[in-house]
Amino acid sequence: MSSDTISEPATRAVEAPAEPKVVPTRHYARWAAGAAVVVLVAQFAHGLVTNPVWEWGVFSDYVLSETIVRAAWVTLQLTAYATVLGFLLGTVLAFMRLSRSPVLSTVAWTYIWVFRSIPMIVQLVFWFNLSALYKELGVGIPFGPVFWSVDSNTLIGTIGAAVIGLTLHQAAYAAEIVRGGVIAVDPGQLEAAAALGIPRLRQIRRIVLPQAMRAILPTAGNEIIGLLKGTSVVYVMSIGELFYQVQVIYGRNGRVIPLLLVATAWYVVLTSLLSVAQYYVERRYARGADRTPPPTPLQRVRRFVTSARKESA
Amino acid sequence: MSAVMVDVHGVHKSFGPLEVLRGVDLQVRAGEVTVVLGPSGSGKSTLLRTINHLEKVGRGWVSIDGELIGYRRSGNKLYELKEKEVLKQRTNIGFVFQNFNLFPHLTVLQNLVEAPVSARRRPRKEAEESARRLLDRVGLADKADAYPRQLSGGQQQRVAIARALALEPKVLLFDEPTSALDPELVGEVLDVIKDLARTGTTMIVVTHEIGFAREVADTVVFMDAGVVVEQGPPSAVLDAPRHERTRAFLSKVL
Repeated sequence: MSSDTISEPATRAVEAPAEPKVVPTRHYARWAAGAAVVVLVAQFAHGLVTNPVWEWGVFSDYVLSETIVRAAWVTLQLTAYATVLGFLLGTVLAFMRLSRSPVLSTVAWTYIWVFRSIPMIVQLVFWFNLSALYKELGVGIPFGPVFWSVDSNTLIGTIGAAVIGLTLHQAAYAAEIVRGGVIAVDPGQLEAAAALGIPRLRQIRRIVLPQAMRAILPTAGNEIIGLLKGTSVVYVMSIGELFYQVQVIYGRNGRVIPLLLVATAWYVVLTSLLSVAQYYVERRYARGADRTPPPTPLQRVRRFVTSARKESA
Repeated sequence: MSAVMVDVHGVHKSFGPLEVLRGVDLQVRAGEVTVVLGPSGSGKSTLLRTINHLEKVGRGWVSIDGELIGYRRSGNKLYELKEKEVLKQRTNIGFVFQNFNLFPHLTVLQNLVEAPVSARRRPRKEAEESARRLLDRVGLADKADAYPRQLSGGQQQRVAIARALALEPKVLLFDEPTSALDPELVGEVLDVIKDLARTGTTMIVVTHEIGFAREVADTVVFMDAGVVVEQGPPSAVLDAPRHERTRAFLSKVL
């Protein structure tokens, strides 16, 4: 500091004390609780490794076996189909519910009411027995003649029935999630789009939905993960997905626990992949929401490593 | 005298039992600036929103450059236009909101290009070029790739003005463009509007900035309780108001 522009401070009568040292609060209870939890976790981990009931040998025999990998693939496919189709139908239903047409909004409301009321497993069994309900499906004039028809069982098959069941169930929930996202968007946004003369569909696709995604994604992530695990109920239709295959195998060899572990491991891995995907999709739709976007975990790690390297140098 | 650009004729508007506009007549000539003053709840904003048909009128009609807004006349009947046709009409009417209403998930440039490309079907490249020129005009050439939330309020409103101009509208409507701004940011927005006034843009500005009205307006309109109480050049309405209600309002805000 230059002393020619600033006048010297008046000399203090008493010597100022040295910069005091700050003593942080000690959190004894927190430390004790932490220690207790660590002991419990260690005990559990020890049990996992040493308790022979888990039969880790059997687990490793099966976890990457062809049957299981193929079954996991079926699970993933069911999830993907039901997610895509469910959210497409759900988005249509959401906009029907928001529509000014009382017919559309009532139909959408009723659909959501019905499909949220039926347990998924009950609905799946219904679809499985579709041919009892409708022997043939056809295209024609409503209440009039039918031009083209097909046996309902040949048309959809077991996997088809499962996908339809999961989709219809999922759509009801997706509709509410999408609607929640849409009504969370500031009405001023639609007003501005309307004032600019942007075509109606474009308003929804370009202005409303991308902003609604911020509110939709966390709940949609929950739903999709729920669905991934929910596909396990289609074992009732004897579809070779993960849980069904695991049951078939332990039905044969009686190694229930390690095979349940196999299924668990796969569900955990698949869910983790979905969670990671969710993180990055959310990040993408957060563009413009923050002044400076937060770093990705990878960037954070990289930054940590470089700063650590600098310090050690 | 230039031709009438905006013609508001006997416009009524109610929200439920509340009658907000009770027969408003207003004419704005091409190239002129009309400033609408009045206390809160006097119907100024609603009037502005009926002009671009964001609000349907109850009775009366609005026309811009001789074209009826929101309706088609056939004999003695008015047929409501389809939304698509109304949207097309709105591309001729720029609207600047009090809260900017920029699209936060799009960059500044994307905000400006969106309507010309989707509503006017202009080639993207061409739209981007004119968008950059407009940004330069409002002094924000370096902010093309920023997101709205990275800008100050005054900058956001200048982007919003540029966005409205991107459609080359016949008339620009401003709904209290500076009311959401910190006092020190009001000036930069008013400067942009003044600049537009000088270049002969037809404008209707709802505002509380009396100084701005005095400096820029060709006509000042004073509204109260859903009607136009008096109108005329700023020297008449602001300095020698004939109406008691105008005097009372001005004494409060001056």
